[in-house]
Amino acid sequence: MTRIIVITSGKGGVGKTTATANIGSALARLGNKVALVDADFGLRNLDLLLGLENRVVYTAIDVINGDCRLEQALVKDKRRNGLVLLPAAQSRGKEAITREQMKDIVTRLAPNYDYVVIDCPAGIEMGFQNAIAPATEALIVTTPEVAAVRDADRVIGLLEANSVSNIKLVVNRVKPDMIQANDMMSVEDILEILAIPLIGIIPDDERVIVSSNRGEPLVLDEKLSTPGLTFNNLARRITGDEVRFVDLMANQDTLLNRIRRWFTEPSQ
Amino acid sequence: MGLLERIFNPNASQPSGQEAKQRLKLIIAHDRSGLSEETLETMRQEILQVVARYVEVDLESTEFNLESEEGMTALTANLPIRRIKN
Repeated sequence: MTRIIVITSGKGGVGKTTATANIGSALARLGNKVALVDADFGLRNLDLLLGLENRVVYTAIDVINGDCRLEQALVKDKRRNGLVLLPAAQSRGKEAITREQMKDIVTRLAPNYDYVVIDCPAGIEMGFQNAIAPATEALIVTTPEVAAVRDADRVIGLLEANSVSNIKLVVNRVKPDMIQANDMMSVEDILEILAIPLIGIIPDDERVIVSSNRGEPLVLDEKLSTPGLTFNNLARRITGDEVRFVDLMANQDTLLNRIRRWFTEPSQ
Repeated sequence: MGLLERIFNPNASQPSGQEAKQRLKLIIAHDRSGLSEETLETMRQEILQVVARYVEVDLESTEFNLESEEGMTALTANLPIRRIKN
């Protein structure tokens, strides 16, 4: 049974597309057949983060218009067996396709893949509605900031209203030193507010930007960096593995920090 | 906030992480309820009217909040009583 997962957030710029590129690549590296669908029409970027931008010939719009077959539009990733990308059109706006067309494309893709992962556009308008229409599961990407968490909560409500009930949370751009100083909400704080199960914690790390500069997802590194490892663990949890969360706070437990905490934590 | 500042000024404002969490709990409860400010105000007035039939409420210090906890939204009213009416 193919699993159809939409990656969404409400707020823009929290790392949806980076998460999609890494999770898709990691799932493929774990031996799965994966189709990534860029549902961000008019603002496509998934091809760029996967380093496949020069190989895009046809897009989902060409498939819908009957200008090419579905197989022709799929960009195969040479570095990874089992991973293909269905690019969004760059020239058209978010209104370019309908929910039914989106469902139809995903239904046609599904039989050949273990996972179809849909990269959702920001916002909660038509583009969002299209992206979630075919999905049976959702990953919500948020960051420890008030605007991102509020939007995540709104999107969780909309997903539930559209009967997507299997919803899991990814907390991105976590800064352990700020959490230690009580100047950032902890992952526990966010879970308490959003009340959905956690599937991944990704640290804020410069290497995420370096990997996007190169178009090489972090999970493909020979020796995994901490953010690469956390994305890989996230993908393993999707497949059903029980993987312990990397303790990002571990490095924070120095003597100085313990003394500081002694002074800064509110007395009970 | 710096360490020294905390040692010498223990009453300084709470860390911003906690402030973020508190603000989110309130705003998300409002978002989830879908109630408008007007509806909430009407509800507040009506609840006060009912309570005022039985007790005298300190109107200055009433609190009326929607708050979210563990996926549940609760309406909490804090109505300090001055005296019981006979």
